[in-house]
Amino acid sequence: MFSFCTDPATLSDFAWMACYLTTGKHMSFYYAFGTVLVLLAITAPTALAFGFAGASAARSRFLPLSLFGKGYIAIVRGVPDIAFFLFFVIALDQGLEYLKHQWVCPDWDQPVRQGNDFIVCQAAKVPLGNSAQWVHKTYSFFVAVFTFAIVFGAFAANVLFGAMRAVPRAQLETAEAYGMTQRQTFWRIVVPQMWVYALPGLSNLWMVLIKSTPLLFLLGVEDIVYWARELGGSKTPRFTDYPHGDWRMWYFLVLLVFYLAFTRVSEVVLDRVMARLTLGQATTGGEAQRRAEA
Amino acid sequence: MKKMILTTTALALTAGMALAQSQTIRMGTEGAYPPYNFLNDKGEVDGFERELGDELCTRAELTCEWVTTDWDGIIPNLVSGNYDTIIAGMSITAERDEVIDFTQNYIPPAASAYVALSADVDVASGVISAQASTIQAGYVAESGATLLEFATPEETVASVRNGEADAVFADKDYLVPIVEESGGALTFVAEDVQLGGGVGMGLRESDTELRDKFDAAIQSMKDDGTLNTLIVKWFGEDVDTF
Repeated sequence: MFSFCTDPATLSDFAWMACYLTTGKHMSFYYAFGTVLVLLAITAPTALAFGFAGASAARSRFLPLSLFGKGYIAIVRGVPDIAFFLFFVIALDQGLEYLKHQWVCPDWDQPVRQGNDFIVCQAAKVPLGNSAQWVHKTYSFFVAVFTFAIVFGAFAANVLFGAMRAVPRAQLETAEAYGMTQRQTFWRIVVPQMWVYALPGLSNLWMVLIKSTPLLFLLGVEDIVYWARELGGSKTPRFTDYPHGDWRMWYFLVLLVFYLAFTRVSEVVLDRVMARLTLGQATTGGEAQRRAEA
Repeated sequence: MKKMILTTTALALTAGMALAQSQTIRMGTEGAYPPYNFLNDKGEVDGFERELGDELCTRAELTCEWVTTDWDGIIPNLVSGNYDTIIAGMSITAERDEVIDFTQNYIPPAASAYVALSADVDVASGVISAQASTIQAGYVAESGATLLEFATPEETVASVRNGEADAVFADKDYLVPIVEESGGALTFVAEDVQLGGGVGMGLRESDTELRDKFDAAIQSMKDDGTLNTLIVKWFGEDVDTF
């Protein structure tokens, strides 16, 4: 990075640190913070959408749809994350490749499953075996987003399902009395009011999601915890210009500060959202706000 | 922009069709096991296997790309086709051979060794750390000692330094530089143990054509002595060569 970094062994402590902290490997570490933030920024709304769809399905009057929604919530919530992340992702990847295989190589005569191996024609690989590394990285990133969204969507669905039922019955009766249809009642009465009941549960989920990013490495996405472990491990002079002992504690300390700061910011934002949602609601919070203003 | 996407898609499709010969071979490795494979300061895969793999690809006239992955998922990802070879210091064992195929070994059967803080550790009954899903972990489990498994090699050594384990059991080639650089804190204890059938490249069982290519390339490196030179360069003068 800096011109004086050619022979780190001769440098003073400060210059050594400056060089050490700007190696290509450290750049990947800093870059991973961005990856994690982008992942969270995309996953959170997607998971919420999955959750909303799941909850709406679960409370549907059409039995198969309701069973589907309830099944989704129960199954995904019950399966351990780590198992889900190992098997679902490989299954999803193979499913995609199998479909593409049927489409691009219709006259392929060998079986797709040969013993332990899963073989599709080269043209059906997702992404293609010869695509650039960034295509592979982007692909695994979006597989990660999708998997996180399904897992956290199931938890969100459960929270939202409860929140929809927590909207006071009197509100719904009033809506019906005004002649609103089922659909109108749902979108105009239930949905706007349910968030205040859902938010505590959803904010919990968000906190858990923030801290579950180490699962990313199972999907081939290098996250900050992976890099902290890799960089912090002791390094012998033979394999690096910057030998050091076991520094994992310092790296994890940095992660600790990052996660705590991130959690704090989330709390502040969520508190504001809560205050906004409580406004005018028939809850103790809404009542307190009304009195404070009066 | 739309046009660009269209052209790219068309290109990708035609390239895919015409690509049976010039496919890129993706080389899966762990990147955490020096001197076999590790990430250098630039964050690239480096080490004995990087140099060996690049040379093998040149000799077999293949285009190769390096991929790092978690050790635990290294075999499932190979058989499901996320990369085409495993070149990660993986010992050839009968159990693994049932699931994947190996080339001939490119490192002769090597010793595994115990390393501890003091010389009087009893490796037969103490707490021994080893990396999960390795032949060393299997050996410790059967030896009667208490096995402490870790996901990465680095953690197995760290557990000895902080007293969690009495000794670590790993490939001797991996431990030698660590012991030498420890300034006397770590020492080899007990006898070395010969495990496995050497280190080879792992491939899918159905991929016989690719295996034959790499096999031939390894053979040619054995024949002209370049493999021995490479082994000595990365592992030192004292190790077994071909």
